[in-house]
Amino acid sequence: MNIVINGTVCYASPGETVLSAAKNNDIYIPSLCYHNKTGPLGRCRVCMVYVEGMNGLQSSCNLPVREGMIITTDTNEVKAHQRLVVDLLLSSGKHDCLSCEQNGNCELQDVAYYLEIERPSFNLSPPSIDIDETSEMVFVDRSKCIQCGRCIEGCNNTVVNEVITFAQRGFETKIEFDNNIEMGKSTCVQCGECVQLCPVGALIDKNAISKGRPWELEKVTTICPYCGVGCQLELHINRKINKIIRITGVEKAPANNGMLCIKGRYGFDFVGNKDRLTTPLIRNSEGKFENSTWDEAITFVAKKFKNIITEHGNEAIAGLASAKVTNEDNYAFQKLIRREIGNNNVDHCARLCHSSTVAGLAASFGSGAMTNDIKDINKAGVILVTGSDTTAAHPVISARIKKAVRDGKSKVIVIDPKEIALADYAEIYAAQRPGSDVAVINCLMQLIIKNGWEDKDYIQSRTENFEDLKKEVMKDKYSPENVETLSGVPAAKLHKIAELFAKAKTGSVFYSMGITQHTTGTDNVKSIANLQMLCGNLGKPGGGVNPLRGQSNVQGACDMGCLPNVYPAYQKVTDPKSKSKFENFWSKSLSDKIGLTITEITDSIIKGTIKGLYIMGENPFISDPDQYHTIESLEKTEFLVVQDIFMTETAELADVVLPASTYAEKTGHFTNTERRVQRLNPALKAPGQAKDDWEIIQLIANKMGSDWNYQTIRDITTEINAVAPSYAGITWDRVGKEGLQWPCPTVDHPGTPYLHKDQFTRGLGLFHAIEFKEPAELPNDEYPLIMTTGRVLEQFHTGTMSRKSQGLNNIAKPMVMISVVDAEKMSISNSEKVKVITRRGEIETNAFVTKRIQQGVIYIPFHYAEAPANRLTINAVDPTAKIPEYKVCAAKISKIIS
Amino acid sequence: MNRRDNTLYQQLSDVIKEQKKLRNPLIEILHRAQRIFGYLPLEVQSFVAEELNIPVNQVYGVVTFYNAFTMKPRGKYVINICTGTACYVKGAPRIIQMLSELLGIELGETTSDKLFTLTAVRCVGACSLAPVLVVDEESYGRIESRKQLQDIIDQYRRRV
Repeated sequence: MNIVINGTVCYASPGETVLSAAKNNDIYIPSLCYHNKTGPLGRCRVCMVYVEGMNGLQSSCNLPVREGMIITTDTNEVKAHQRLVVDLLLSSGKHDCLSCEQNGNCELQDVAYYLEIERPSFNLSPPSIDIDETSEMVFVDRSKCIQCGRCIEGCNNTVVNEVITFAQRGFETKIEFDNNIEMGKSTCVQCGECVQLCPVGALIDKNAISKGRPWELEKVTTICPYCGVGCQLELHINRKINKIIRITGVEKAPANNGMLCIKGRYGFDFVGNKDRLTTPLIRNSEGKFENSTWDEAITFVAKKFKNIITEHGNEAIAGLASAKVTNEDNYAFQKLIRREIGNNNVDHCARLCHSSTVAGLAASFGSGAMTNDIKDINKAGVILVTGSDTTAAHPVISARIKKAVRDGKSKVIVIDPKEIALADYAEIYAAQRPGSDVAVINCLMQLIIKNGWEDKDYIQSRTENFEDLKKEVMKDKYSPENVETLSGVPAAKLHKIAELFAKAKTGSVFYSMGITQHTTGTDNVKSIANLQMLCGNLGKPGGGVNPLRGQSNVQGACDMGCLPNVYPAYQKVTDPKSKSKFENFWSKSLSDKIGLTITEITDSIIKGTIKGLYIMGENPFISDPDQYHTIESLEKTEFLVVQDIFMTETAELADVVLPASTYAEKTGHFTNTERRVQRLNPALKAPGQAKDDWEIIQLIANKMGSDWNYQTIRDITTEINAVAPSYAGITWDRVGKEGLQWPCPTVDHPGTPYLHKDQFTRGLGLFHAIEFKEPAELPNDEYPLIMTTGRVLEQFHTGTMSRKSQGLNNIAKPMVMISVVDAEKMSISNSEKVKVITRRGEIETNAFVTKRIQQGVIYIPFHYAEAPANRLTINAVDPTAKIPEYKVCAAKISKIIS
Repeated sequence: MNRRDNTLYQQLSDVIKEQKKLRNPLIEILHRAQRIFGYLPLEVQSFVAEELNIPVNQVYGVVTFYNAFTMKPRGKYVINICTGTACYVKGAPRIIQMLSELLGIELGETTSDKLFTLTAVRCVGACSLAPVLVVDEESYGRIESRKQLQDIIDQYRRRV
């Protein structure tokens, strides 16, 4: 429709506001409280305009356009009003621009400039200094606050952390946290959304203070290196010191829409840390590391690899790729192992997190990835979250789930041994005994079938083998009463869950390691697939089976074939057609023997069949189960090469250490949890002689006598397009700002937001009859507790990155969660130092006594080298996926008597 | 103190159960809570938030916004002096001063015997009786002298 602004005819779309129409037509209306994410708040009264035929001035941020509307934004009357409002704001706060962090990026400054206000003209009583610096990451200066309400809107309605509020009224109005608690002590999780939304200098990044003003900082868009959500970041770089000063989230980015978590926004210190590896290191005859040149190091590695091949055959070397490097790096890595070494012994830490997902979903649907996308989360009527502490491990997805609940779009069911933060938003929360998942899901299916709530048409037309499933789940042992005994979930609650979930028009399941890291991991995943097929929830927006991937590029590393049984894009090494495809493409004959998994590599080293190990960006010392066993294996490795950004615990044991670049220093692509391929952009120079992973791999390949000729990383992307059908259309030039979701088979394909739309990848969805099995190790009199492991919000994985940030370390320290009941029984008090013991070893850590964990279960985050949870875990693996059972072992706790 | 065992919390819990079904019950529940406890300390606010399954910041925002709610313990009788335009012109400031002297407290304070709290409010809508003050739900108009104020105070003292 047409409207007239300042005498010019402008196009506006129906439903739009006057402010946004003006903006789209390049007409500036000063405004303060409006932000396109938080929407019109109508609080600041700065965006007032004159509209013909309406009485008085109108606030343009919440005034919808009408056909033929005649608007004036720049008359003396309008400007005088705007000036008065801004003048009052300036007069009633402490707005000194000289040393303010926001200087140059301040919206109050911008409107004052536009309105030509030189200094405030009202002599109001000076505001009292009201500073809150108790938070690790956020600095609050209320005397700069203009009460626009954006932070409140963001905190409550975008990230849904529900901490900030307005308190008092009139002149006394101010922002407070919870009910008048200092920010650092409040329930604030320091995601920094409020900082990002604050138009002035009232909420700022504490650690960026005085490190560079906005115009001195160059902005580079890239992808977060932590979990698999794939948040787009803007790095603010001070070129003079080659450092990241602050990070903001990219507004409107598909995965995060500007949101970030504490790690993504504030956990970047590792990039510029003084302990970064800067030169290749070779262990000398005295066992000490010595600096070397790249040529020496590469020559040494190539010679050693070739010697091992000559002496022990080409199956005596294995490689661990990385879920933290780009698709291109991983592609090069598996190519090195397959083509130059000549076996399929390549695996990576996806083995330890979602190998059971890949195995289970591939069997059920034909493709083992998250079926649906992030933006449609709120299209599910009911969201079942199980075995995932989403708020800690995938905070931005958790924000979207919470928002769906608060907006009344979705209901949440949480089934988790820990009463996770999302349980507070749940319609129903049930605590199951760790390891009883199959029983619980089978019981839900029994109830659904008994009550006729299953989607009969869907089962008929889209699936097969339903009768087998039915025969299994209808057994009496899965009756609610029996499952109550087995899992601890009350029968009545099981009824309620089954009814709520089955009756939803669309139901989605989100899960993570709590489902996969079991000896029955594949069974658990298949059970979830069963449940979703039974309810007809696959192949539609908002539904699906949604395994949340835990590392920035774990999806990509799998897609690139860093798995012992598949080439890139899951083409089987045992399939002669795939094999000859790659043999032709790489002009070399390849092995058709399935290679070894991580856990098998560890064992084979101890057995003596694997002699050489090449590890890129992984730290098995901390991440793998049964630490003493892992260490024994690493120590026994005849020739160990570790390529990393830091001297990790694993690198300490290496023969050669190769310095690599971080996410902030390189380009390439990450594939996030929803299969979205997104671009990294280099922002910094890598320190010293550190190189990109693919470059190092190419050097080794060529030193071994090959003829790789990648001039730039783009050449690898192009090769991936050529060999991986699902990536064929995801070319370098097409990725763009939004990225593309595979499968994307051609260059004009738009990408695939959700899988299995009209048919499953394998044709019909396959039901599996799954029998409940107990975990490998159950509690007994000597080890009476069930120990389970996981992450906390502020730390990441083995801590190589997150633990370089002091702020994160101050918040999240080693601990063991123990229930109030168990703690009282053992007279253990909160924060008391205790010993946790299993059959594999013992650690000392602090007790965290809480109601959020059920009686009989303890929970230990695995990030800490000084209290390594994986010294305690068991190396029992799922028979299909070989994933270790991190989530259940028997343990005891004892007090430390000093 | 275990809140669930406390009879005041028990009463509040019953109120919440009854009010919960209504739309936007928060303000009414806070009124009732204040009647039960006499004021709304943080502890009570947290309890209300938990029972209603809403964030505590929302409760706090409402409590501090409305004059009717207080987070400080109040006296048994709250003396509200109207400071609306009519009362102001007819001598509200003088009344405040006199009452302060008689009770030995400033505006917003409570006497040490916990009997009286002195507060000022905007217009109570009884301008024809200006200047006006309201004690709980009883109003007193056309106040001119210290003697009148003393009588009102004494009247409430006698009730105890």
